[in-house]
Amino acid sequence: MAKDAPAIRTERLNLYYGEFQALFDVDLAVKPGIITALIGPSGCGKTTLLRCVNRINERLGYVRTTGRIEVMGEDIYAPGVELAQVRKHIGMVFQRPNPLPLPIRDNILFGHRIHREGPRVRRAEEDRIVESALREVLLWDTVKDRLDRKATSLSLEEQQKLCIARLLPLKPKVLLMDEPCSALDPKATQTVEEMLWELRGAYTILIVTHNMAQARRASDECVFMLMGKLIEHGPTDDMFVTPRDSRTADYIEGRYG
Amino acid sequence: MSQFTATPRNHRQHRRQSVVKAIFLLMTVLLIVPVLLILTFLIVKGAPVLSFEFLFAMPENGMTAGGILPALVGTVWLVTVALLASVPVGVAAAIYLSEYAPDNWLTRAINLAIINLAGVPSIVHALFGVGAFVLFFKFGTSILAASLTLAIMTLPVVIVSTLEALRSVPQAFREACWNMGATRWQTIRKVVLPNSVSGILTGVILEVSRTAGETAPIMFTGAAFFLPFLPQGVLDQTMALSLHLFVISTQVPGVPEGFPYGVALVLISLVLLMNAISIGFRTWLRGRKKW
Repeated sequence: MAKDAPAIRTERLNLYYGEFQALFDVDLAVKPGIITALIGPSGCGKTTLLRCVNRINERLGYVRTTGRIEVMGEDIYAPGVELAQVRKHIGMVFQRPNPLPLPIRDNILFGHRIHREGPRVRRAEEDRIVESALREVLLWDTVKDRLDRKATSLSLEEQQKLCIARLLPLKPKVLLMDEPCSALDPKATQTVEEMLWELRGAYTILIVTHNMAQARRASDECVFMLMGKLIEHGPTDDMFVTPRDSRTADYIEGRYG
Repeated sequence: MSQFTATPRNHRQHRRQSVVKAIFLLMTVLLIVPVLLILTFLIVKGAPVLSFEFLFAMPENGMTAGGILPALVGTVWLVTVALLASVPVGVAAAIYLSEYAPDNWLTRAINLAIINLAGVPSIVHALFGVGAFVLFFKFGTSILAASLTLAIMTLPVVIVSTLEALRSVPQAFREACWNMGATRWQTIRKVVLPNSVSGILTGVILEVSRTAGETAPIMFTGAAFFLPFLPQGVLDQTMALSLHLFVISTQVPGVPEGFPYGVALVLISLVLLMNAISIGFRTWLRGRKKW
């Protein structure tokens, strides 16, 4: 695979919820190692698109998808693809933090344990995994003395960071985030955004956001969607200063949304 | 007059408020009065006959003297075997319905069947038990046949209470697991069951108390009028507290007046004890889980 080959590539992706078509011929190429923001008004299909990338849409029986999605050069809808592996390599973070009702430590190790092949690893090795994951999301210093506390006792901001941290021991290539800050206050949002910049480079991050300011602050590239179609995709700075499409300009300037 | 003073309309509303509240309170009191009366009555009439001998001796003189040991032991047998049969089936069925079953007509039909099964009168279950277990499977009138009949009868309640316990586990926990690539079974084993076990156990223990008091389903399938010995295995017949209460109240002349009340008191104490254990257990488990 070429070095700059896209991390996520969709080709004529169409998606139907029953009769309703939610995505129309979406062609998207997301560059590896950067943060790409998906923006657009409510109902434009950005969350739907995000949820295609780890095939979680399919749990709803009435969803039909046509077209192609490649992640790291591989077609994830090809026959023989194992869903457990797809979800292991493509992590997902939700609007509301959803830590498991387990100690912090066990939350971090959960994914590692369900995918572990071979004998149980030693406790020292587990400790190393926990520390490294928590350090990556800038949470280690806050929680290192209470790893045995329930994760649900943390603040929302800490819970959301934990939900990201627990994906990292699986060494995912791609992190999908569905409005990860919408349940957080501005201060917490800021620290989560700082954390995103730390993760940038090691992971390809695709983030859905309603918040224009956040898209502008915390992304390298922006994708604007409208009515299930991809309207514009370019470097964030360019899109916010000189949008190519008049609909993008209208949305960014708040004329609808 | 200040704009914040009560108007006549406010006063009327307050009076109506008091009346409505009083009616609801009255209904609640009416609800607990019978329970208290029954308990008091039983304790006053039944407590004098209770003794070590009453609980742990065999009946004598055509059940007009001695104790109730075979009935007590028999009820424990019946309940235990019924639980061993109904809990694994019921819990597994509930896990399937809650965690695996797609939402289609078959699932809805099964759910409807379970609700209807819960509404079948116990005497109908009894006849089914005779036909299926006593005659067709040739278990004869035995603890096994009676317990299986009880198990069929209690299955819907086990399934429904387990379903409720499983559904009380937030969907977000399942989503979290699936999105890390956990299989359904891993999700159930590591997250869903640990967080619903208190609810499941509560349902099961409440079930025990219901099973212990049933008479009709065991009458034709395995419970005997009188047996001078204790059951030795599941293919034996047995006496049972509920049937024994019926028998000495209506079928046997010369039973001392306190005896039926004593049996009723033992049966109810057994049930209340089970309920108390179940509530205590649930409180203990709730204290340990937090979300």
